[in-house]
Amino acid sequence: MFDWLLWFTHPGNSKMFSLLLLFPSFCVIMIYVLTGKQRARRLEAYKYIPFLDEPDDRGSSPNQVQDNERKHD
Amino acid sequence: MAHSATLPAEQYNYDIVKKFAIMSVVWGLVGMGVGLYIALELAFPLLNLDVPAITFGRFRPVHTTLVIFGFGGNALFATSYYVVQRTCQAPLANPLLAGFTFWGWQAGVGLGIITYMMGITQSREYAEFEWPLDIAITLVWVCYLWIYVQTLRRRNQPHIYVANWFYLAFILATAILHVFNNLAVPVSLTKSYSLFSGVQDAMTQWWYGHNAVGFFLTAAFLGMMYYFVPKQAGRPIYSYRLSIIHFWALIFLYMWAGGHHLHWTSLPDWVSTLSATFSILLLLPSWGGMINGIMTLSGAWDKLRSDPILLFLIVSLSFYGMSTFEGPLMSLKSVNALSHYTDWTIGHVHSGALGWVALMTFGSFYHLIPRLYNTRIYDQKLIYVHFWLATIGIVLYITAMWVAGIGQGLMLRGFDEYGNLAYTFIETVEFLHTPYVWRAIGGACFLAGYLVMVYNIAMTIITARREEAAIEAKLAAKLART
Repeated sequence: MFDWLLWFTHPGNSKMFSLLLLFPSFCVIMIYVLTGKQRARRLEAYKYIPFLDEPDDRGSSPNQVQDNERKHD
Repeated sequence: MAHSATLPAEQYNYDIVKKFAIMSVVWGLVGMGVGLYIALELAFPLLNLDVPAITFGRFRPVHTTLVIFGFGGNALFATSYYVVQRTCQAPLANPLLAGFTFWGWQAGVGLGIITYMMGITQSREYAEFEWPLDIAITLVWVCYLWIYVQTLRRRNQPHIYVANWFYLAFILATAILHVFNNLAVPVSLTKSYSLFSGVQDAMTQWWYGHNAVGFFLTAAFLGMMYYFVPKQAGRPIYSYRLSIIHFWALIFLYMWAGGHHLHWTSLPDWVSTLSATFSILLLLPSWGGMINGIMTLSGAWDKLRSDPILLFLIVSLSFYGMSTFEGPLMSLKSVNALSHYTDWTIGHVHSGALGWVALMTFGSFYHLIPRLYNTRIYDQKLIYVHFWLATIGIVLYITAMWVAGIGQGLMLRGFDEYGNLAYTFIETVEFLHTPYVWRAIGGACFLAGYLVMVYNIAMTIITARREEAAIEAKLAAKLART
């Protein structure tokens, strides 16, 4: 019944196992990151974290950075 | 969503960051000095002086250890301790343990180079430390991981900024690589034998060697890039979603590529092909990261005219793009047949090490050090002088090594009409002399630029201390009057 588990014990199958594990995982990450407008907005908001870390940087607060971007664009 | 929860700067542990940054500069100076000396030894073997401790064979691991672990390692400790505090808006966990990581790391690097000069080595590239030092380094590294994770757990920011992902991947991967590559049977305090043998030993060595480049010299410095490029540019990273894809693609792919260091050996052919395939695939995340960094300046390219620190950071990313194109190219079996065992490999390593790692570190330090000491950089013009000396030095270095390596490879493969080797070995050595001299000149330019940085940083710190002392004296005088 559990003979199929023996497949995992052969070192030669490690390549296929890794491929089956990593490739779908990467596809899931890609789909997660690149779909959903709300999620995209949330993820992109994290890029402002380095600018929230000191009072001196308040001149470059998220809103102001965005304003600068608009100005440059 | 990200939210602002700033801590006063006094609550951050800058003391440990300063110590690591200063030691990075110190070890870098010694390591690059030794690098220049061994470059001259290759051009002028007389410089070996018949002193075993300073011969090329012993000095070469001294150079690599000092620049990778002394300069690069300390820079990574400094910047990771800084970035994790600033992006988590939390003070560093366990300052005492952080102090232990500092002293432990310096002792490891210091004892390492002394033992190499005494001829004590495991003979594993970039992992020459004998087993007692390996165990000590493991202990320091576990403490580093503990401090980092604990600081992340204390964060006041719900999201962990992507730079920390890269730093954490570097810490975890380095731990795994270090432990497995150094599995050995000790026979005395200064001698051990690897647990692996034959081609398995070679594969373990290059699994470590390539991933040391991948995680120590790439992923960690990408962490540095994801913090310092946006900070210096005053603009957020081009695309946060691209940084996530960049991270996972790099992590999934890097571990498989080490076998390309062993093409045309007794390594099974399928391993060679697999590693070459993954090396080609690596081009995608590498260039994704480079584009993400460079495009951060999109719409604000004019800043490059007035900001020499940004010049360092952006040119560093350009070298990253160039060397991550050259790497997959060299991993192709047909190209590797020409390039391997020649100086092209040395040139490739240095375009990454000097162009990417060192320039990124310089840019980050020029941003970081004035902030640590609450002052301005001593002389902005000297940053330009450093930038041009470093850039010219790198270009001279890698061009000389292309000439040396490709010429050497072609000569070693040259046949006459009867199928005999067209050149004797000594003819290839004679051919290398001129490129070796040019390489040393390039290295000297780079080191000269480094000396300019040392002076600029030293003066910045001295000036900051003077300013602080003057303010304290004024305050004391005011208090005495009232």
